Amino acid sequence: MGSQGGFYQSKEFLDLVKSIGEARSKAEEDRIVLNEIETLKRRISEPDIPKRKMKEYIIRLVYIEMLGHDASFGYIHAVKMTHDDSLLVKRTGYLAVTLFLNEDHDLIILIVNTIQKDLKSDNYLVVCAALNAVCKLINEETIPAVLPQVMELLAHPKEAVRKKAIMALHRFYQKSPSSVSHLVSNFRKRLCDNDPGVMGATLCPLFELIARDVNSYKDLVISFVSILKQVAERRLSKAYDYHQMPAPFIQIKLLKILALLGSGDKQASENMYTVVGDIFRKCDSSSNIGNAVLYECICCVSSIYPNPKLLESAADVISRFLKSDSHNLKYMGIDALGRLIKISPEIAEQHQLAVIDCLEDPDDTLKRKTFELLYKMTKSTNVEVIVDRMIDYMISINDNHYKTEIASRCVELAEQFAPSNQWFIQTMNRVFEHAGDLVNIKVAHNLMRLIAEGFGEDDDNADTKLRSSAVESYLRILGEPKLPSVFLQVICWVLGEYGTADGMFSASDITGKLCDVAEAYSNDETVKAYATTALMKIYAFEIAAWRKVDMLPECQSLMEELLASHSTDLQQRAYELQAVIGLDAHAVACIMPSDASCEDIEVDRDLSFLNDYIQEAIEKGAQPYIPESERSGMLNISNFRNQDHHEASSHGLRFEAYELPKPAVQSRIPQTLIASTEIVPVPEPMYPRESYQTTMPSIPSDAGSAELKLRLEGVQKKWGRSTYTPATSTSNSTSQKTVNGTSQGDGASTVSSMRETYDSRKPQVEVSHEKQKLAASLFGGSSKTEKRPATGHKAAKASSHVVEKSHVPKSSMEVASEKAAPAQQPPDLLDLGEPTATSTALQLDPFKQLEGLLDATEVASAVNGAPAASRSPDIMALYADTAAGIHNKNDADLLSGLSNPSVTNMPGTTAMPQVTQSSSKGPNPKDSLEKDALVRQMGVNPSSQNPNLFKDLLG
Amino acid sequence: MIKAVMVMNTQGKPRLAKFFDYLPVEKQQELIRRVFGVLCSRPENVSNFIEAESIFGPDSRLVYNHFATLYFVVVFDSSENELAMLDYIQLLGQQTLERCFKNVCELDIVFNYSKIHTILDEIILGGQVLETRSTEIMRAVEEISKLEAATNAISFIPKSASSWLSR
Repeated sequence: MGSQGGFYQSKEFLDLVKSIGEARSKAEEDRIVLNEIETLKRRISEPDIPKRKMKEYIIRLVYIEMLGHDASFGYIHAVKMTHDDSLLVKRTGYLAVTLFLNEDHDLIILIVNTIQKDLKSDNYLVVCAALNAVCKLINEETIPAVLPQVMELLAHPKEAVRKKAIMALHRFYQKSPSSVSHLVSNFRKRLCDNDPGVMGATLCPLFELIARDVNSYKDLVISFVSILKQVAERRLSKAYDYHQMPAPFIQIKLLKILALLGSGDKQASENMYTVVGDIFRKCDSSSNIGNAVLYECICCVSSIYPNPKLLESAADVISRFLKSDSHNLKYMGIDALGRLIKISPEIAEQHQLAVIDCLEDPDDTLKRKTFELLYKMTKSTNVEVIVDRMIDYMISINDNHYKTEIASRCVELAEQFAPSNQWFIQTMNRVFEHAGDLVNIKVAHNLMRLIAEGFGEDDDNADTKLRSSAVESYLRILGEPKLPSVFLQVICWVLGEYGTADGMFSASDITGKLCDVAEAYSNDETVKAYATTALMKIYAFEIAAWRKVDMLPECQSLMEELLASHSTDLQQRAYELQAVIGLDAHAVACIMPSDASCEDIEVDRDLSFLNDYIQEAIEKGAQPYIPESERSGMLNISNFRNQDHHEASSHGLRFEAYELPKPAVQSRIPQTLIASTEIVPVPEPMYPRESYQTTMPSIPSDAGSAELKLRLEGVQKKWGRSTYTPATSTSNSTSQKTVNGTSQGDGASTVSSMRETYDSRKPQVEVSHEKQKLAASLFGGSSKTEKRPATGHKAAKASSHVVEKSHVPKSSMEVASEKAAPAQQPPDLLDLGEPTATSTALQLDPFKQLEGLLDATEVASAVNGAPAASRSPDIMALYADTAAGIHNKNDADLLSGLSNPSVTNMPGTTAMPQVTQSSSKGPNPKDSLEKDALVRQMGVNPSSQNPNLFKDLLG
Repeated sequence: MIKAVMVMNTQGKPRLAKFFDYLPVEKQQELIRRVFGVLCSRPENVSNFIEAESIFGPDSRLVYNHFATLYFVVVFDSSENELAMLDYIQLLGQQTLERCFKNVCELDIVFNYSKIHTILDEIILGGQVLETRSTEIMRAVEEISKLEAATNAISFIPKSASSWLSR
């Protein structure tokens, strides 16, 4: 029982603690605490409380707050206590405020002055107390107020004060690196402090600084190595020994720093080999702390430039860890194995049994760590076993956070290494079924795309079989209660697209199921939207096949409900469905060609097909288009000036703006970037595209009314679009021809294609064919050769060309930069030559997109700016508004198209007449052969049936 | 960096909680509850480590140790070493507190609330471990108590009180 000096508590406090300790229930405890709060509230505001009493009240408040009750009424008293002269009271005050307040609290302003004063105190204990408070309570704004004092304290005679001053400075650096950036050299100086404790403390900030910027600290490698050597040789005083180890905590910090400094730097690493080797030899592996140092050595060895001898020592230690009975050491062993495996993959084989044991261990932490290791060592030969295991484990746990993580890992591995389509779809189904709502929506879109495109096994037959099996499995799965929304979206889409394709199921079977889905998940609008569109497709296919369509009664009632829905999206879909059913077979076949989800929809983002129209209008005296960036300035001016001055001023401004870098356009880019990586709008994307298409024809005729008329007009006018397209696309195609050419040449070497995602894994030898198809589908068969470059140009230029059409080849530049870009996931050295993640390709796009966007707008502005005359800015503003908006929306839409093939499909089929090619969408035999070869090359034998766990995992 | 140090008893009552980045009281309570939820579901004879990302956000790990009726928990990020953290707990829990209280028990921590905080402040400052020599820690703490005692004449806790405390 502690009863020394200052830490005394009164009987009352003891009683409080005792009664809380004896409370039988949470309610009883709450009652006692509330009672106590009342008492304290009353007492604490009484006048003339003795300091000693006050101190106790504050401690009681701290205690109450720790139990989760609000003690804010006492904060001000705690602040007052910091002003007290008595050390005891002051320290209590500081303790209380550091626990009560955050750095942005209003009361801090009352403490800063006291802290300033206390930092100058003669009594080092007061200084220490103030430094403690500084670490917790000073924010960016108040740093300058105390910084000079803290800097002075770095040279304080007491080592305890110096240490704390370093920590305070480190804290400042964490909170606002810029405010102390000129002072970081002090950390270097303090590294040479006479006191090893201060030197040890300096390692904390240095570690952080080095982690942020390795190169500026390479000169310290020698110093760190010599410090570590001295520590390991027991040059420090005995006081630093811990369990017979010389200053192990300092050794650990130093090893961490060396790991950072030596990473990828052969020269620096060579300086470290001797000392690390020494530590490996000297370290006492019987104590916990000794093993901590050994583990840190392994981390260091696996991070610095590899040295065979050290790797050997590390492997020895790992096997000792793994063989140990202690779970802690096994955990560290698995973790260390995961690090070392990147450098020497063969090491895993020695430990296969131990790894399998850890996988079966009752310790959840160890199990997770082991899964992490498996994740790191997955390759095409063992992916089936590993993913299977992971899914089983995923099903068994309840922790949503970890479930999400493991689900996304399963998906990632499956996407990267899937040996066959069948397996991939089954795996995805399992993941969705058990963790559906936790999976990123993009995964669902990938799955839909895969089913639509197939990966081209041997023939189209295989794809058809794949789809049939998918449909079958989904019809079966629909029987299960409570499916995740994302999964239902996939199911609806697949059923709509392929439900009746092979003739196994009748339209009424499928539509019945779809209606059931819409009904059972009636509060999920996205699912309902998917189901409605699926219904529309089924009916459209029926009509196109000259079959009689009988709408099921439940389907009719669903439609009635949706026609009156509050969601405009659902309503629109319902109306579209109604309209489609009323059409004759030819029209329907054009709107909704069957199995055309993979057809590309060309979007002419420059609206170049309108050039003739614009020219004509301008000749008749219409206003030319002025881009938004130029317009805003002009509008401001025109507001001030009268009509007479107007023409001159606007003319001058517009001229000047050509040279400007168009800030408005650039500022929009981040927004689209975000859209590309993050937002995958599911129900919305219909709108932008719809409005884009429908607005187009009406813009030039009457910009003002275009916005109002959007939806009504578009339905008819959009048909006219294709006739405009050829003229313009040829006009600006020539310059891009070369780009197209190189990309084709590059594409022939398959390495680049292998690095792409599944979808882009389509061999690029195919490119020209794909393009022909694309061109044909877009421009009709008549003038193929002429238009090909045009499409190529589109592809090379358009920001999100990968988005729009995954078959389009990436230029060599792009592939190169993709390689150079830091890979997001840990590099898999086990299978170096094999594909990288899907995400890399995605991530790169924004840059491409940025180029494309600028490019596009430049073209646009050039086109629009060419005509010289400019008149009343008001109408132009309106026009430009819509046009700019279109650019923007269009980008977003294209992006969403990438991850959401169904969206690309649905609006396309409803609105785009160009997409008429229907039957031959499956990959052709050449394509498939290539794919097959790839699979074999990867060493997958799809028929092998999980023969030997160990072999699969580790062979 | 260390994110938090918690001490709680086997019933889940917090005995000490120190978060090195400010968190509102409710959040602290929630975290303590969730940590306890995980701790008490751990079987015997397993590792002392828990991946705490679902509780404390990305890049956080948790090491705990069990002394008598108390759990000592440290939450930290990847810049620290798990095994070393276990030793910090050892250092705080066994060596230092044992020296202070001789046969440390749960109530010692409650009744000497401010003293425990003082000890902790000596070991960890701003989320970094500052001092690892328990003799040094003890010396600092004693110096503080002596000074404080000198400035205030305070009567000690009566013996009778300490007799029921050590139950």
